[in-house]
Amino acid sequence: MGLPRPEELISDVNLKKMPSKAWMDTLPVEFKPGFYCYGAKGKNLEYVGFPNARDFHVTDPDWKLPEDWKKTVIEGIKQRIERFRTFHVFMDICVRCGACADKCHFFIGTGDPKNMPVLRAELLRSVYRKYFTSSGKIFGRNGGARDLDLDVLKELWYYFYQCTECRRCSLFCPYGIDTAEITIIARELLNLLGLNTDWISGPVANCYRTGNHLGIEPHTMKSTLEFMCNDIEDITGIRIEPPINKKGAEILFVTPSGDLFADPGIYNCMGYLMLFHELGLDYTWSTFASEGGNFGFFTSLEMAKRLHSKIYEEAKRLGVKWILGGECGHMWRVWHQYHNTWFGPVDFLEEPVSPITGTKFEHAKSNKIVHISEFTADLIKHGILKFDKSRNDNLIVTFHDSCNVSRGMGMFEEPRYIIKNVCNHFYEMPDETIREQTFCCGSGSGLNAGEIMEQRMRGGFPRANAVRYVHEKFGVNLLANICAIDRAALPPLMNYWVPGVRVSGVTELVANAMIMKGEKEREMNLRMEPLPGKEVE
Amino acid sequence: MGIGLALISVLGLILFAYVGTTIGLNALFGVVFPYAAFIIFVIGFIYRVVKWGKSPVPFRIPTTAGQHYSSLWFKQNKIDNPSTAWGVALRMFFEIFTFRSLFRNTKAEILQGRLYVGSSKWLWLGALAFHYSFLIIFIRHLRFFTPETPWVISIAESLDSFLQVHILGSPLLYITNISIAVALLYLLGRRILDPKIKYISLPSDYFPLFLILGIISTGVLMRYFFKVDVTAIKELTLGLVYFKPVVPEGVGSLFYIHLFLVSILFAYFPFSKLMHMGGVFLSPTRNLANNNRMERHINPWDYPVKHRHYEEYEDEFREKMKKAGIPVEKE
Repeated sequence: MGLPRPEELISDVNLKKMPSKAWMDTLPVEFKPGFYCYGAKGKNLEYVGFPNARDFHVTDPDWKLPEDWKKTVIEGIKQRIERFRTFHVFMDICVRCGACADKCHFFIGTGDPKNMPVLRAELLRSVYRKYFTSSGKIFGRNGGARDLDLDVLKELWYYFYQCTECRRCSLFCPYGIDTAEITIIARELLNLLGLNTDWISGPVANCYRTGNHLGIEPHTMKSTLEFMCNDIEDITGIRIEPPINKKGAEILFVTPSGDLFADPGIYNCMGYLMLFHELGLDYTWSTFASEGGNFGFFTSLEMAKRLHSKIYEEAKRLGVKWILGGECGHMWRVWHQYHNTWFGPVDFLEEPVSPITGTKFEHAKSNKIVHISEFTADLIKHGILKFDKSRNDNLIVTFHDSCNVSRGMGMFEEPRYIIKNVCNHFYEMPDETIREQTFCCGSGSGLNAGEIMEQRMRGGFPRANAVRYVHEKFGVNLLANICAIDRAALPPLMNYWVPGVRVSGVTELVANAMIMKGEKEREMNLRMEPLPGKEVE
Repeated sequence: MGIGLALISVLGLILFAYVGTTIGLNALFGVVFPYAAFIIFVIGFIYRVVKWGKSPVPFRIPTTAGQHYSSLWFKQNKIDNPSTAWGVALRMFFEIFTFRSLFRNTKAEILQGRLYVGSSKWLWLGALAFHYSFLIIFIRHLRFFTPETPWVISIAESLDSFLQVHILGSPLLYITNISIAVALLYLLGRRILDPKIKYISLPSDYFPLFLILGIISTGVLMRYFFKVDVTAIKELTLGLVYFKPVVPEGVGSLFYIHLFLVSILFAYFPFSKLMHMGGVFLSPTRNLANNNRMERHINPWDYPVKHRHYEEYEDEFREKMKKAGIPVEKE
C-alpha cells in the first residue's frame, strides 16, 4: 500500500498540539496524496446531468469552474438555509465548546485540527457568516467570517470529502449539531460546480444505468448468483434456483451490490440465498433494483432520490407485498430516514408480515421495508431455524456496529441476538466504541477508494484499536458487521492494524451454522475452508 | 484567537459606563440603555426563532442513541431513541435540564500508539453549574422588579444562602456567587489551556465570558464590599417596570457599570451564539421521534425528480435479458 508501518503511521499525531498559525491563515490547503480522492470524470457527471461536467483534476490549479461559481455557491447556501432547519440552526448555534473535537475518528487518526467536527463546520460557517449574518458582515474576521474565494472552496472540498457522515459527533453535541447534515449540504454545494470524486460519481452513473453501483448488467447478475449457487451446491449438496425478476412473488429482496461482487460480501450473499431457500420463501431478486446502497446520497439529496426511486417502482411492477432489505449501512439510513418521505405514501404494498412466523412488522407499516436482521432474529426466536453452532467454533467473534444503522436507526440488539444464536464465542469491544458510540470504519460516505488509503487507515485506527484490544484479550479473530462498506473497508483495515482478524456479514454466520433440510454432511464453510474438526491432517 | 480583543471590548464597555456616569449621563445608562437593550432582546430573540421556524424540516433525521422501537421483543431505549411524542418530550427534558448529551462526553488520548477513550464529565459539570447558577441569580434579581418580593424569589434566596456565612460582616453569602465564578473561570480556563479549544475559539467565544465575569464582579463588589443604596436602586428598577423612569440620587457608577453590562448582554444576545438557548429546542436531531417506518414524514418542498424507469432499462438490456432467460415485459 506504500504506507508507513502501523506503529509509525500515527506517531505524528498529537491531539494536544495545534498549529501555530490560526486556522484561517493556513490556506491554500495542501492536497496530500493518500488524503483525497481523485476528481470525477466528465462522462460520469454528464451521464446523470450534473452541472459543469468535465474531467476534474484536483491538483490542477485551474478547476475549470463556471464564471459565476461564487454566486452559485452563495445562492445555494441561501436556498438550503431556507429549506433545511437543520442547516439553518446548525450554522447559528454552535458555541464551540469542543465536545465534538476528539469524537471524530479522522481527527484522532490525523491530528489535523480541521478534522475536528467543530472546525469542519466552521469552514462553511465562516462563509455563511460573511454573507448571511450581520455580525459577520460588520466584524468580518473578528466575527468569525471570511470571504469565499478559490482557496476557501478548495479547502471546503478537501475537508468535506474527509468526513464519513458517521454522526458520532452529533451524539455528543449538546445541541445535536450533526456534521453529517452539514457535510451533505456542503457536498450539495460542491456538486453545483461539478466538484465530485471519481469514486462517487462513477458508481452514481453506473447505478443510474444498470441499477447498481458496480454496473452489473442483468445477465451478469444472474450468472453471478448462479456461480454462488454452484458453490452452495458443493458445500451443502443442495441446488438452489434463485428467482429473478419474478412477478407476483411475495417479497422483493434488495441488498447492496457489493454483496454480489467481492469477498467477503459474496459469502453473505450466499447466506441470503441459503436462508431463503431453506425457508421456502416466495421472494425475488430484481436486476434493476439491484442496489440498496446509494452513492447519490454522497452527492446531493436529489441524486439520492433519483437513484432510490427505482426500488419502490420495481416493487410495484413486480407486484410484491413488501420489501426485505439486506445488510447495509447508508442504505438503511436512506431507507429509514428519507425514502418514505421521497416516495410515499407506499400504498401499493402491504404491511409486512413474516410468511414463516406470522409476525407483523408493525414498526414498518408505513414504508413496508424490513431489515434482514429483524427478519432473521424473529425466525430464530420462533425456533424456525436449526443450527449446528459448532461449525462456527473456530470463530471468536466481535460485532462492529455500523454508523448509519446505529445513529440513524438504532438497531443494536437484533444482530447481537443472531450472532449469539449461531456462534459460541462472542465478545464485545469496549463500551465507548460500540452501539451508539461506535467508531466508523473510516471509509464511509464514498471514501472507500484506494487512493485515499492513508486517510482511511488513520480514520479506521480508533475502530481497529478496539478490535486489537479484544483480539489480544479474548483472541477475537472475526469482526462481524451488517454493512457492505464495512465488508469492503474493514478487511484492509484489519490487515493493516490487526492481522489475523477477518471480516464477515452476519448472514454468512447464520448460513454456515444453519442445518438445511436434505443437506449432505458439511465439510466446508461458505468460504470453502474446512469446518472445525474437518481439517485434513 | 481574539481573547485580547474580547477582553479589551469588555474593559472598554466598563470604562465607557464609568466615564458616562461620572459626567452625569445617568439617565442614559439607567433608563435609555436598559429599555433599548430589553427591546432589542425581545424582538431579536423572537425574530431569530421565527426565522429558524420558517425553515421547514424536510426529513425526519433524529440521532438515535439507543435501541429502536420495533415489533420484536427487544427493549426500546425510550429516552435516547424515542418513537412517540411523549418520548421526544422526555428526551428534550433531559437534554435541556440535565444536558444529557454532554453528560455522555468522553476524552480520547493516544499513548504509545494506543487509543484510550475514557469518561470525562468536567465540561458537563462546568456547563451545568454555570447555567443553573445564572438561572438562580436571574430569579433572585427579580425582586428588584416587583414591589413585594414573591415567595418563589424568597425561597430561591434562602436556599442560595443556606450556608449562613458572612464575609467580613457583609450580607449572607450566596452559593451561586461562588459557583458561577468558578464555573466561568473553568469555561474560560479550558478555552485558554486546552490547545484544541483555544484553536477553535473566536472573539465571540471569549466576549460573553468576560462580559458575564464583569457582571458578576460588579454585582459581588456591590453586595459584599461597597455598600450601595439598595433602596435607591430599587426605586430606579421599579421605575423602569412601571414606565415611570426615575434617576435617583446616591446610585454610584458601580451600579451603572453593572446595569450597562447587563444591557449589553441582553442586546448582544440575539446576534450571538447565546441564541443556543432558543436553538436547542429546534434541533431536528433531538426533537423528532424515530418512527420513520411507521409514519411517513412529509417534505413541504418535495419536488418530482427525473429518474430511470424500468422501461428504459429493459429497452437497453432486453436482448441480454432474453438470452439469459430473465423475464421481460416486452418480447
